[in-house]
Parts: sequence; structure tokens; C-alpha cells
Amino acid sequence: MEVRAKCQARELTLYLKGELDHHGAKGLIGQLEHEIEVALPTKTVLDFSGITFMDSSGIAVVMRAKMRMREIGGSVAIRNIPAQSKKVFDAAGIDRLVTME
Amino acid sequence: MTRAENYVTVEFLSRSSNEGFARVAAAGFAAQLDPTLDELGDIKTAVSEAVTNAIVHAYPDKLGKIVLKLKIREGNVLEITVRDWGKGIEDIQQAREPLFTTGGEERSGMGFTIMESFMDRVNIRSAVNRGTSVVMRKRIAARISGKR
Repeated sequence: MEVRAKCQARELTLYLKGELDHHGAKGLIGQLEHEIEVALPTKTVLDFSGITFMDSSGIAVVMRAKMRMREIGGSVAIRNIPAQSKKVFDAAGIDRLVTME
Repeated sequence: MTRAENYVTVEFLSRSSNEGFARVAAAGFAAQLDPTLDELGDIKTAVSEAVTNAIVHAYPDKLGKIVLKLKIREGNVLEITVRDWGKGIEDIQQAREPLFTTGGEERSGMGFTIMESFMDRVNIRSAVNRGTSVVMRKRIAARISGKR
């Protein structure tokens, strides 16, 4: 999995690219926590436009980001979600926990 | 259940790099039922969840054998079996509950919930230290003149 980070006015956007399964999520969580650590943003946006497949591992990634952001008093949003990923998020009821933009 | 009209069996090692392979194999076999992109996405997602469970939970600290069986049953029904010979599930009902997980931080506990919402039926059989078998079925609606 590839992650590209952009931080502007304390809003961190992480552009995720590739297949987000258990295999891909293993390294991603560490990378994500590192980027949050470095930027200390007030808001983190996970951009899913480059995701070609996602299973429940994606939910774990989002929950991890939410937990980390809550610790530093910030929020998490997910953006540009492809149809297949959206279906997985909907089945888990993630919209009750995280803002979908 | 009637005899399968077609089937393939794939055996692979419980390496996480095989998750993607298992999804693509299932999608490739299912293609003969002429599924929509949406249905193909459902199949790939359900296979990914079942195979990941076997990799993470059946063989937590070793590599083991996983068998993926894909069958076409009468009435355009795709049947997917994911079988392992790992440590088994003690309490299946608890494992099926949303958010329940014995996995690490990269697991969400939503695997079975997703399988159940993306497939028509999900059956789990398991015996401690003998392994687990997950059988999922999904009917792929026949398309008339390429449209639905």
C-alpha cells in the first residue's frame, strides 16, 4: 500500500493507494500513526480515491486513526470513497462513528 | 443440494500475500455466472474476510494449509468454501458477533458481519484444534439480454 501525506493549516490528508486488506493494513497502521505523530493535526482526512479494494481491514484502519486523533483532541473524516469500499463501511455502520465527506 | 455443475479447488499457504490471490481466483471463477461489478465486489470481499480469518486466527503463529473451493450449483448459485486445519473456533456464536475479535489492532471484528451481509448464506463448522470450514452461498441473478 502507498500513502501520500499532505498537511495544510493543521489538516492532514492521507491519500491511500492500492488494495486495503489485512496484508496491506499491516504496514499502513504504523505509517498512519507516524504521519499523525509528525503533523499533530486537528483533523485527519483519509482519502480513499486510490483504493481499488477494501475489506474489514479498512474499518480497523479508520478506527485506529479515530482513536489516535481522539487522544490528541482532533477528528477524522473519510473522503472520496469508491462504491465497493462504501458498501463495506455501510455494512459496519461506520457513518455513526466517522464523518464521510 | 444437487451435484455441482462446475468446481475448482485451490490450495495455498496461510501467507497474507495470498489474500489478494484468493480474491482474484474467486472472482475469475465467478465470472462465468455473468455477475455485475457490484456482485463481484461482494464475492471478493466475502472471500477476503474468510481467508483472512484463516490466516490470522487458524494459524496465529505458524503457516498452514488453506483450501478454497469454488462451486457452481444449480440455479446460478455460487458456493465458496474456505477450509483450514488450524486451531478452530471455541465459540462460533461469539465469533459471529459484530466487533468481537481476538485479533490484533489491525482487525476490526467485522469479518463475519461483512460475509453475512454480502452473501445469501454463511455456515460455519469448527472443531478446536481440528480446523474450521466456512461455506458461503450467493445466487447470481440471471441477466436478460445483458441488462438487469
